[in-house]
Amino acid sequence: MATDPSRSGRSPHRARRMRSAEPYFYLAPGIAIVALVMLVPLVVGVSFSFQNYVIFRPASRGWSGLENYVELWTDRTFWHALGNTVKWTFWSVLFQIGLGLGLALILDKPFWGRPVFQSLVFLPWAVPTFLSGLNWQWLFNPIVSPLPSWLAFVGILDAPRNILSDPDLALYGPITAMIWWGVPFFAITLLAALRSVPSDLYEAASIDGASAWQSFRYVTVPFLLPMMTITILLRTVWVANSPELIFVMTEGGPAGMSQTLPNYVFTSAYSSMNFGYASALASVLMVMLVIYSILLLWVRGRLGQ
Amino acid sequence: MKIVASASLWLVRLAYLVFALFPLFWLLRIALTPDQILYREGTTLWPSVTTFENFRFVIEESPFPTYFLNTVIVSLGTAAIVTVLATGIGYAFSRFRFRGKTPLMVFLVITQLFPIVMVITPLYQLLAPLGLIDTRIGLIVVFTAFNLPFAAFLMHSFFEGIPGELEQAAMIDGCTRFQALIRIILPLMLPGVGATLGFVFTAAWSELLFSLMLISSEAKKTFAVGLLGFVGRSGVDWGQMMAAATLALIPPAIFFTAIQKYLVGGLTAGAIKG
Repeated sequence: MATDPSRSGRSPHRARRMRSAEPYFYLAPGIAIVALVMLVPLVVGVSFSFQNYVIFRPASRGWSGLENYVELWTDRTFWHALGNTVKWTFWSVLFQIGLGLGLALILDKPFWGRPVFQSLVFLPWAVPTFLSGLNWQWLFNPIVSPLPSWLAFVGILDAPRNILSDPDLALYGPITAMIWWGVPFFAITLLAALRSVPSDLYEAASIDGASAWQSFRYVTVPFLLPMMTITILLRTVWVANSPELIFVMTEGGPAGMSQTLPNYVFTSAYSSMNFGYASALASVLMVMLVIYSILLLWVRGRLGQ
Repeated sequence: MKIVASASLWLVRLAYLVFALFPLFWLLRIALTPDQILYREGTTLWPSVTTFENFRFVIEESPFPTYFLNTVIVSLGTAAIVTVLATGIGYAFSRFRFRGKTPLMVFLVITQLFPIVMVITPLYQLLAPLGLIDTRIGLIVVFTAFNLPFAAFLMHSFFEGIPGELEQAAMIDGCTRFQALIRIILPLMLPGVGATLGFVFTAAWSELLFSLMLISSEAKKTFAVGLLGFVGRSGVDWGQMMAAATLALIPPAIFFTAIQKYLVGGLTAGAIKG
């Protein structure tokens, strides 16, 4: 690309330097604010995890090495919350993929009323998370909602009662709300991926005598996979990290039975006021998510070959 | 055969529609039910009497109009700033090769892995000396940082859908690169800019944790914090709460409905390659 060095009387050398600096002008403001507001607190936060830092015992604050992490090893609540985090994330994301893919496939082919249908089924994504939590909290309440009696009718519950107050089932309340809220996101990204499949691939497949299933399996799926891995990665991380729905719907209860790690971090930090321990919990969560992401991207790389 | 297939397809569509809309229908149904019959007719599909009293109360006699306005200011502010900054990042990633590009992209991806609960306390300590606690500006700054990485990738994807020859042609005609971006490229990207604006607006509108931690004064509360306060108060007034919730839903629903088709289109353009 020819740039005219004489334009502002600058030397060619300086013009070249200006040009190579150009991308940074576009990047700098955004990157600066992300670094300041996310990176700096993150580093500080991780450093808390190596400290004895309980807010109402300021005198005893100081470096404590791995003490918080050692404590975590024998903390039964931690292991329980970890198990719940896996359950919560796995079921939420699994159903979101299944239903989202179904929705994307439905929306891919034109039918009467499709634009209206699309904007209506995508609506849950516009509902603020906390609000969808409140909304489902009411829906699980047998006094003001028919849902519990429907669940009893189809045999999921033995009687129309509130699953949010059942220690064994409470976690499935927020999971349902999360699925409901997150299906549109999967549908949107998978629909985008479906639309990007070149149509001549389908034509070639049908000329070769492929059945509908075969062309789905050998044309659509390989095209969807890269987008699907990225969407799964993003959603898994967001879901695993998100305490809102549980915070709003069950507060981790009854008796801590629906506590996940982000919620346990919250309780440790703002009920027990133990910031050091809370940070150790959060750091463990983050390390696990990083490992998970690397694994998933590695799998994606293998699939791409 | 064909009729059976198309009938079952419609059944599936209907099932999705019910799944997506029933919770929202129930929200509205309780908001419209008079207090006196709420518990008596709680599980019937439609109450025998309906009323707008809950809406009237929320609008005229509760602090929700203030919360509403605060949320609008914070969400619009965030959406506008994020979109401008994300345009810069997306453009740089899409059109330049430069040192540090890959590490920067990886950095933005990694920010998505941070547990928010981890940074809240340090962030509080960082914002306090700057006088940004309990201010709408503080909230906008925080939301901006947290929404920017995803928005930048979204904008990157939209830029990838526009051929680079366009601004090269404009530059040969004597535009600077910045002029070419503003005059030639951005007008073509309006759907993408709109989609990013709408996406960030919806996300900022929904935010709960930071608002809860950073805002304490009544006059600056956002909707999320206000609604949770409703639960905390002695005896939940379901009807009023649902009415407030219904109102809270209107702006993001309008925004999102307007942009969803561009969101699909924009992701198609570039994200898959990336």
